[in-house]
Amino acid sequence: MVVWTDFERATIADIFSKLDYEAVGGATLARCLIVYPWTQRYFGNFGNLYNAAAIMGNPMIAKHGTTILHGLDRAVKNMDNIKATYAELSVLHSEKLHVDPDNFKLLSDCLTIVVAAQLGKAFSGEVQAAFQKFLSVVVSALGKQYH
Amino acid sequence: MLSAREKELIAEIWDRLTPVAEDIGAEALLRMFATEPGSKTYFSHLDISPSSAHLRSHGKKIVLAIAEGAKDISQLAVTLGPLQTLHAYQLRIDPTNFKFFSHCMLVTLAAHMRNDFTPVAHAAMDKYLSAFAAVLAEKFR
Repeated sequence: MVVWTDFERATIADIFSKLDYEAVGGATLARCLIVYPWTQRYFGNFGNLYNAAAIMGNPMIAKHGTTILHGLDRAVKNMDNIKATYAELSVLHSEKLHVDPDNFKLLSDCLTIVVAAQLGKAFSGEVQAAFQKFLSVVVSALGKQYH
Repeated sequence: MLSAREKELIAEIWDRLTPVAEDIGAEALLRMFATEPGSKTYFSHLDISPSSAHLRSHGKKIVLAIAEGAKDISQLAVTLGPLQTLHAYQLRIDPTNFKFFSHCMLVTLAAHMRNDFTPVAHAAMDKYLSAFAAVLAEKFR
């Protein structure tokens, strides 16, 4: 059972309330594909990923980034039950998408950086710790159903 | 593998940040202490509270070493020789902490540079900090 402090709950709710899901989602996925190019292996059908500019301008990537961020929203709204919330998605990523769960950490690190760039000073060490704890619970839940 | 353009970009960024080395270094350390409490165990002999003199001077040392290395990345093993020895035989910091610190440095850069911390800059910087950490750990065993 994950125990959340009041500060952590408030911080997560606050951060997500300030995010433009479309902008942040697209930027995060694009960043992941640029910083960790091997993650492009899962996006063979997404068109032009030839260089950073192409990735950042790719509409399919932008759209998929938004999908991912909306998926994160489910955890924000169910912080006390993240494992159950993602059981189906975990199965999907394992059985259908065959995504190595290590990739979840890479994407979550990129999200942290994108949010830091957006919030600047407001993204203090304590806020970062809360955000990273949240993402690590999400990452763990997404990997739970792999076998 | 760093391209010539990436090396330029990295050197440029650290050159710009050298005047605020104390701020950047202290912030990266504080972020690491907040997110990885185990890292604090290496600092039991210092005052690492926010804005403490120890924290700021230590952060400055680290950032200046990183900035110095950035001036000629191909010479990292030479530039870091003494620091390699220090970390291997005296400090003996578990190398996973280098990863934690690098990540917190990237977050610090993002918080300061905002949109200027582009994906390309991020990729270059991540590669540089990984290389730096690897060289630093070379004498460990």
